[in-house]
Amino acid sequence: MSTIPNSSPTVTKSHKPRLAVFKFASCDGCQLQLLSCEDELLSLADQLEIVHFIEASSQIEQGPYDIALVEGSITTTSDRGRIQTIRQQSKTLITIGACATAGGIQALKNWADHAEFARSVYANPQYVETLSTSTAIADHVRVDFELRGCPINRLQLIEVLQSLLADRRPRTPAHCVCLDCKRRGTVCIAVASDEACLGPITQAGCGAICPAYNRGCYGCFGPAAQPNCDYLADWYLQDRMSAAKLVPLLRNFNAAAPEFRDCGDRIDPNSDSGESL
Amino acid sequence: MSPQQTRTIEVASITRVEGEGALKVVLENEKVVDVQLAIYEPPRFFEALLRGRPVEDTPDITARICGICPIAYQMTAVHALEVALGIEITPEIRELRKLLYCGEWIESHGVHMHLLHIPDFFHCHSSIELAKIYPAEVNRGLQLKKIGNHLLEVLGGRAVHPVNVTVGGFFRAPTRAELYSLVNELKWGLDAAIDVARWVADFTFPEFVGDYEMVALCHDTEYPMNEGDIVSTGGLRVAACDFEQSFVERHVRHSTALQAVRLPAETAYCVGPLARMNLNRDKLATTARQLSDDLGFDWPCFNPYASIVARALEVVHAFEVALNIVQEYRGCTPARLKYKYRDGEGAWATEAPRGLIYHRYRVCSDGTLAFAKIVPPTSQNQRQIELDLAAYLPRLLSSDDATIALECEKLIRSYDPCISCATHFLKLEMQRR
Repeated sequence: MSTIPNSSPTVTKSHKPRLAVFKFASCDGCQLQLLSCEDELLSLADQLEIVHFIEASSQIEQGPYDIALVEGSITTTSDRGRIQTIRQQSKTLITIGACATAGGIQALKNWADHAEFARSVYANPQYVETLSTSTAIADHVRVDFELRGCPINRLQLIEVLQSLLADRRPRTPAHCVCLDCKRRGTVCIAVASDEACLGPITQAGCGAICPAYNRGCYGCFGPAAQPNCDYLADWYLQDRMSAAKLVPLLRNFNAAAPEFRDCGDRIDPNSDSGESL
Repeated sequence: MSPQQTRTIEVASITRVEGEGALKVVLENEKVVDVQLAIYEPPRFFEALLRGRPVEDTPDITARICGICPIAYQMTAVHALEVALGIEITPEIRELRKLLYCGEWIESHGVHMHLLHIPDFFHCHSSIELAKIYPAEVNRGLQLKKIGNHLLEVLGGRAVHPVNVTVGGFFRAPTRAELYSLVNELKWGLDAAIDVARWVADFTFPEFVGDYEMVALCHDTEYPMNEGDIVSTGGLRVAACDFEQSFVERHVRHSTALQAVRLPAETAYCVGPLARMNLNRDKLATTARQLSDDLGFDWPCFNPYASIVARALEVVHAFEVALNIVQEYRGCTPARLKYKYRDGEGAWATEAPRGLIYHRYRVCSDGTLAFAKIVPPTSQNQRQIELDLAAYLPRLLSSDDATIALECEKLIRSYDPCISCATHFLKLEMQRR
């Protein structure tokens, strides 16, 4: 925005924190949440200098950056190098979304025969260069804050950015979805229906949407703090649900989050382990 | 004989598109010999990772292919799976699904027009820069997008990756009060969308007319969204489930996206708002239909830059349809139809905001998915974009490399390419030799 005069004459350009948005393997949905802050977008743009956001601006500036928002997971050798460079250039690095914090849905290939995956999708798999795993950003570089969700909640994103501007720690809950269902007055899916619900072991932040829409939580915000995954899995497996249904439920958008991964591997009769790092 | 002239121009990252890719142009003695859209978006192998999973996971997982158009994936997936499982949905579920798709067209077209595309017409790098010149217009665009998102939230649970869509219908039908609460903003949105259409129709478009075969769904009585036959400006008409008889995907070295071409001659074709408008304009809702006449535009239109006018008219249409469905809504019981698992196969096509999208699945009697094939809009447009660039470049060659790169990006953006979708799409590298 170098051609645009500052709206406030008292704030010089160099004092505005420089924000950069980076994308790795992902669907763009989390960075879209920044554009979905319709009422806050232009005001945020006054407080921050958005200097690198390929999806939103054709003006791209080099680092260093004050705040880097990183979406997506590491699936190629070149991306493994790129995240190192971004880390070196960024004062605060925040990962946004399940791909960046846990490897995303594409981490399902950690359990699969990668060469066979490539052959089944591409006629010429030799043109496609990827790693056999999809891994979280924190597996590669130091991460200052993780924002969970598939997708992230835009209100939480605003909270994180405003906290950084105010130089305080972001306030995002680590409790499980169940508490938010109680607040919403939603009847418990796990108890009152035959649906499996991951609410007891999943971090809040979505607003407890799924149970309010008559379906079980599918864990898109990843494991809550100290989740008792094994107890919940065993309770479902007693007489409520088969491993054939429960394993895929644990193994979706946060499949490679350690707590979900270990529990899924324990109850999956067919799996060695998704721990392929 | 003069030595060969070599000139290299690179656009490493095409900006203001969804996902990441690059462009490479090869010139020999100032003649364009090759144009390659390179999609370097890392592959995520969706078609492979769906196999063996419960069929009900399909709409949730395929939604994650694209954060801007998850409904397109969810709608195409559930319809294809319902064919495979022998489920016939009720008229009430059909109307709610159309309403949900209206929300996505409003949101996705809103993002593309106001945040990605319109800045090009005013030489701005971003909508934030555009907002300094046109604050009211940018804010109006953001409000329209917000209404689309709100509709998705009410009916789908959230705007990105909604949770309410499932095989056989919806997990929960909205109450009448929930949908009626949208009436006022939909009315405001319809009026605002008409103003946007009048605004963008007055833009100056580069003179460029492509020799296109345009492909879209065509429905007997409605502007296409969730169903229809596949028709083209070249005279094709086949059932949507027969897509693969007329189109095939090819895997090229420079891209992690597959490129779809038209059989038998493997020619390029294009999908999207212009294709839909050229083939279905008579079926627009009343206000949008009248507006399309009043704008003074020559239809059919084969100028890709003018696709923004088609997009704006489709937003008017989507508001009109949504308002009508909401006002007529009397509830939906059951919200979800029961079904039994069986061995079966089903294929379906719908109209994503950026064009026709096709899915085919095979299901097993144990309730798992055996096979998935997904053809997104951008892989269908990719070859045509390359040909457009090759046709457009000669008039630019006396310009400096930065200008050429910028003009190429503008042409690419007019297609609203979704590179995340196309991964199974872009860097400009220009070689002049």
